Amino acid sequence: MVSILPLKLTAATAHMRGKRLVGPVDFTLGSGGMTLVIGPNGAGKTTLLRLMHGLQRCSGGALIWAVPDVEARQSQAFVFQAPIMMRRRVIDSLAYPLRLRGMAKRAARGRAQECAQRFGLEDLLSSWAPMLSGGEKQKLSLARALIVEPEVLFLDEPCANLDGSATREIEAILLAAKAAGTRIVMSTHDMGQAKRLADDVIFMHKGLMHETGVAAEFFATPLTPEARAFIKGDIVE
Amino acid sequence: MAQGFLDAWALVFSFDVDLYEIIFLSLRVTISAVIIAALIGLPLGAWLAVNRFYLRRYVIAVLNALMGLPPVVVGLFVYMLLSRSGPLGGFGLLFSPGAMIIAQVIIITPLIASLSHQTIRDLWAEYHDLLISMNTTRAQRIMALLWDGRRALLTATLAGLGRAIGEVGAIMIVGGNIEHSTRVLTTAIALETGKGNFAFAMGLGLVLIALAIIINLMIHMIGKTERAGTW
Ligand SMILES: Nc1ncnc2c1ncn2[C@@H]1O[C@H](COP(=O)(O)OP(=O)(O)O)[C@@H](O)[C@H]1O
Ligand SMILES: [Mg+2]
Repeated sequence: MVSILPLKLTAATAHMRGKRLVGPVDFTLGSGGMTLVIGPNGAGKTTLLRLMHGLQRCSGGALIWAVPDVEARQSQAFVFQAPIMMRRRVIDSLAYPLRLRGMAKRAARGRAQECAQRFGLEDLLSSWAPMLSGGEKQKLSLARALIVEPEVLFLDEPCANLDGSATREIEAILLAAKAAGTRIVMSTHDMGQAKRLADDVIFMHKGLMHETGVAAEFFATPLTPEARAFIKGDIVE
Repeated sequence: MAQGFLDAWALVFSFDVDLYEIIFLSLRVTISAVIIAALIGLPLGAWLAVNRFYLRRYVIAVLNALMGLPPVVVGLFVYMLLSRSGPLGGFGLLFSPGAMIIAQVIIITPLIASLSHQTIRDLWAEYHDLLISMNTTRAQRIMALLWDGRRALLTATLAGLGRAIGEVGAIMIVGGNIEHSTRVLTTAIALETGKGNFAFAMGLGLVLIALAIIINLMIHMIGKTERAGTW
């Protein structure tokens, strides 16, 4: 299968009602690894991810995948900060993306069952998805995103509302997905999580990519005073 | 009063042929009208919820206004359409169950469309990002919304049924309350009460109340299965 990467952003900008939310941004997302998008609240992390995924219109500049957009869309998935639960049972929620791709109901449910086992959701298969706990919902979101084996997985602060053990489970799943070759781009406001997971870092500030680079270097020797302050845990304005 | 009540019960359980004819026609007219209204109203509501177009606000405002139409006026309107000299007079539908169904459809379609529009709109707001992210086609989106909103849509349809079964004004005008032909529960009650035939009227009233209660119980139970996620 042809890779949809790299993704190239050239002066990519996102506006909403005349207000600039993000950009202009120049960036190339290459293959392999896990990129963490960090930065203070309102810095534009969510908007950047939505822009890359195509949920937010590119109002200026360009955003180009290695393949035509229609194909690129098929190989991506997105996990939202607040899990969106369809009003279905867990098994049918998991089967849904497969059904969309034309898989027969039986086959899709079979795959959903396997997938649930891998994610520790097997006891919840017949539960009503909207009734799950926060951690279970986010695990289901993640399973539903990964079941189609996307090449690129975007996650917007997936652990923001979760406790420690749920966060640990999600991180383990993400590391396994990365090992299996999934390109992961994830935002977080949790410095610890960023340090645990990141291969690369995008530090967002005021809608711009203030600093980008290899995680180890970024955390050891941040170049800008804002990044330095953010890593130290100071309040960045 | 108490005696009339007892007589009414006796009548209901005596399986009086006239009584059951009236009940049966009521159900036939109302259920036909609800099926037609649902076939129009549900897709219309879904379509209005998912599509953005220039006059959408106005269409929705008109729909909400139509919900408040006085049934008697609908009856008058349908009467004029179907009367011998009216534009649809050639079909000879006036004073037939068909005319009653047409009037009912006009009365309840806006209700079903408006309720289903609200349901689908709220669900669409919830699902929007997910379904866009999953690269769904427009048809797939509408299917997902209709399927996942099925309980609320059924509730909207039952609300239409509840409104239709108790309706009297329009039915009286376009049906004419003709014995063995267009006499239904509501028009029969009006007639029998006028004639002072209270036991028969009350018997019909009990049946009507029972039907209304059954409809509302069904609405209530659908709400419960939604929360419990049983289907
Ligand atoms: N729908 C919207 N309409 C207008 N402004 C928005 C909208 N969504 C986000 N913003 C603004 O865009 C900026 C970036 O927001 P966001 O991407 O959510 O940041 P982050 O995820 O880093 O907290 C903020 O100033 C926010 O107020
Ligand atoms: Mg955010």
